[in-house]
Amino acid sequence: MTEVFLSLVIGVLYAAGLYLMMCRNIAKFIIGLGLIGHGANLLIFTAAGLSTQRAPIVPEGVTIPVVPIVDPLPQALILTAIVIGFGLTAFVLVLFLSAHEVEGTDDLEKMRSTDQ
Amino acid sequence: MGSLILRKATRYLFPVIMMFSIYLLLRGHNEPGGGFVGGLAAASAFILNQLAFDVPSTKRLMNVDSLTLIGTGLLIALGSSVFTMLDGQPYFSSHWATLRITSDWQLLIGTPLIFDIGVYLVVLGVTLAILLSISNFRKSPS
Amino acid sequence: MLYAVMSGFVAAALLPLLHRFLGERSSLVAAVVPLALTVWFATSFPRVASGEVLVSQSSWLPEIHLELGFRLDGLSLLFALLISAIGALVILYTSAYLHGNPRQHQFVSATLMFMASMLGVVLADNLVLLFIFWELTSFTSYLLIGFDHEKEESRKAALQALLVTGLGGLFLLAGVLLLGTAAGSFSLSEILRADRALAGHADYPVILGLILVGAFSKSAQTPFHFWLPNAMQAPTPASAYLHSSTMVKAGVYLLARLNPVLGGTEAWIGWLTAVGVLTLLTGALMASAQVYLKRLLAYTTVAALGFMVMLLGIGSERAVQAAVVFLMAHACYKASLFLVAGIITHETGEADVRRLGGLLRFMPVAGACSVVAAVSMAGLPLSFGFVAKELVYASVLDRFLVFIPAVAASLLFVVVAFQVGIKPFLPGSSDSSGTPHEAPPAMLAGPVILGLACLAGGFFPQAFAGALAASAAAAIQGGLVSEVDLQAWHGITPESVASALTLMLGVAAVFATGHWVRIGSAMKPLANFGPDRVYVAKLKGLNLLAVWQTRVLQSGSLRRYVAIIVLAMVGLFGLSVLRSGELPILNRNTPLTLPSLILGLLIMLGAIGSMIATSRISAVAALGVVGFCVSLIYVLHGAPDLAMTQLVVEALGAVLLVSAFLNLPSFHDRKRWVGRFRDAVVAILGGLAMTLMTLMANDVQLAPSIAHYFAETSVLLGHGRNIVNVILVDFRALDTLGEITVLAIAGASAVALLKLRMAAKRRS
Repeated sequence: MTEVFLSLVIGVLYAAGLYLMMCRNIAKFIIGLGLIGHGANLLIFTAAGLSTQRAPIVPEGVTIPVVPIVDPLPQALILTAIVIGFGLTAFVLVLFLSAHEVEGTDDLEKMRSTDQ
Repeated sequence: MGSLILRKATRYLFPVIMMFSIYLLLRGHNEPGGGFVGGLAAASAFILNQLAFDVPSTKRLMNVDSLTLIGTGLLIALGSSVFTMLDGQPYFSSHWATLRITSDWQLLIGTPLIFDIGVYLVVLGVTLAILLSISNFRKSPS
Repeated sequence: MLYAVMSGFVAAALLPLLHRFLGERSSLVAAVVPLALTVWFATSFPRVASGEVLVSQSSWLPEIHLELGFRLDGLSLLFALLISAIGALVILYTSAYLHGNPRQHQFVSATLMFMASMLGVVLADNLVLLFIFWELTSFTSYLLIGFDHEKEESRKAALQALLVTGLGGLFLLAGVLLLGTAAGSFSLSEILRADRALAGHADYPVILGLILVGAFSKSAQTPFHFWLPNAMQAPTPASAYLHSSTMVKAGVYLLARLNPVLGGTEAWIGWLTAVGVLTLLTGALMASAQVYLKRLLAYTTVAALGFMVMLLGIGSERAVQAAVVFLMAHACYKASLFLVAGIITHETGEADVRRLGGLLRFMPVAGACSVVAAVSMAGLPLSFGFVAKELVYASVLDRFLVFIPAVAASLLFVVVAFQVGIKPFLPGSSDSSGTPHEAPPAMLAGPVILGLACLAGGFFPQAFAGALAASAAAAIQGGLVSEVDLQAWHGITPESVASALTLMLGVAAVFATGHWVRIGSAMKPLANFGPDRVYVAKLKGLNLLAVWQTRVLQSGSLRRYVAIIVLAMVGLFGLSVLRSGELPILNRNTPLTLPSLILGLLIMLGAIGSMIATSRISAVAALGVVGFCVSLIYVLHGAPDLAMTQLVVEALGAVLLVSAFLNLPSFHDRKRWVGRFRDAVVAILGGLAMTLMTLMANDVQLAPSIAHYFAETSVLLGHGRNIVNVILVDFRALDTLGEITVLAIAGASAVALLKLRMAAKRRS
């Protein structure tokens, strides 16, 4: 059941994130981006298969884990995704702040001219 | 800007967090931790300093430009495996060596550890670069 | 052989450095490379002539059948000798032609790169490798044609040549891949050993069609011929090198090379002969309308290329020999004429043949060379061109439909040879200002040596070219031994009668040159309806399409972008679900525990909270709740590393957002109710799609899990107990390197933005 429930959670995260990204406001856009980032990470995590087994760390004294462990690969993927997501959000923020300063507005619909 | 208590606390907390971040980095290969989280923790130490004092003093504390940090980190990560290539092995084949300090205290070091140090520096540099540039925006009234 | 090909690239890379120390003298040093290559190829001639095929192999990317394989047989050797020898002369010529041009070394560098790529084409044993070098010649010729990049015509011509030959290259790539698959090998040596096994293959027509388009576009066959005359915008050394003796012959080389594999069929004979003849006639017709030296030469080159393709199409032993000898003769006299044309324009500043004359007393050496080359082009006895033409006539005498165009083109060669090679030096006067004088020795070396070659080939054809032509012809015919008997004079034969007739008609036409030019200019409007127009129209159409679709899809409204992306995703996903009719079956079922339930509910609450929050701080706080709960979910499911990283990121993120949001004035949705409703629908659709996708992803397992490999080898190979970290820094370190590079770029960009802003502030 956890998978179904978490899938629902992911859907809500995405829906809220997408809605915020469509608001014509820089700050809301950034928050939406953050929500979608969480949703994406959870998606990978859930899709790879949830379990309550041991963390992927080999105990001291043995060379091969004796008890079953969680799949470590998706964790490695998500770990970098978290950090990159943070870097991306932060960069978008800097970008928007400078755009805001140049354009004098935080209305995303009014920033069209910067494209040209 | 920060309060007196925060400033006083930061003076003691800063080295502690930095030590902790290096501890995270070094133990990462065997316990939870590693270059990513270590770098983030180190960045948070500087950010704490910036909250308690100001940007210039944080920059003084950093002593090097954040771009230099990023570049050095990338170079270390890239270079960590150069000599394995000279050996004719594929790039990023790991090499390990045991440093014997005393008879029962030895240190296992290897190229992945060097790579992780590169990751640590890049993450630290990027986080600081972005956070400091944002605080730069705040100083100017718009 | 790998070193032979690479030496050109290496020299090209080192040249700018050399230029710094030696200045213009570096070009002379650069000429040593092709000279050495010429000598090297020449010394391997005896071995090749005895029928040996020199091969060198080294592995590059075996996964995609890409080997650094090179082979040298008679055909390759003929081309390699032409490429390196003329390359040396052209670079020498350039050193004087571009004297005082600060970008001279760049031109020489590009020429060297071109030479190396061209050598790669003719030496490559691997089909994919051949294609790579083929494309490299397109690129480097783009650089050479567009060398005078301040001129718009140059840029246009360079782009046109690149697009036409590049498009042909794509056809070639497809053809080469199909050919390699059909033959079961990408090695030319192996394919050639199979010998005509492909003619009956089911894919044969497709392969042939694709490869022909590639070869025809490169060798300027009709209807792709138009790029070649336009490419005359290139500096003259490049025209002499690329557009007369080497690059345009790459297509001819390819056809000759694949003749044993693809040739001999009806389709091959039909297409090659038809296109060859058509090109011949087009070239002749268009040349009659020209008055500028280089364009005249260019159109005769088109005609000459048609000749070669036609002869390869006929494919008889004689025709192949004729093609080879004609190719050699053409390379000698055409390159020479181009170089002299460059000298004339360089010295007088004039390129219109109507206004040139009386130059012999100012530049006797260049004049002599020019006359010799022109005689060879016209095919007068005791010239290399004569020998070649006799062979051509001999092989087409019994084919009336081919013979007439061949005579017509030869007629044209006589006229153009006179106009370009002889007329400027006849008594008369030029309109040039100032006194022209003899060109410097470096510029004369090329015409002199090539002129001597024309003479040697005329007087002693068998000694000069017999063996080389024989081994090349043998290679084209798949190893059949080809007896070549070249004679300066055969006595009175049907060929020589035809030759004499051609010459007489030609001389008559020369005397009627005045009318000729008038007729030609009357036909000039015809050129407007050529494929050149089609090219321009297509290019315009493509631009319009790009503008239109940019306007529709990229409105500049971020909101619309998001909506388009979400709806496209929902649509595509919905379509595939509908088509497969599958719904998630939920075969993995982890019982829901109370902590998970509470955390999930909190996340949803946080998400909705940050959506409806009215103040910035509360939105950031709600986002923080989400992040915190997500990291606790990681803890519950055995991922302590993730949890730790997420927590630190959450803390840093909160600081970041709060300090940034202080700057932004408002925090409200600017839309009306209708807009909000529409966005909500889009967002809910997107969310639903993601939910469904997660559930379905749960069911599929595309590849077996490799988790156990990591678990078993983490300590033994990676010397680490934290498997996640070992994956990051050891097993998949290259991925991580890519990721930190992305981070580094983000950081550097942030700093760059800040610096821009500071600079702008300082200005205001």
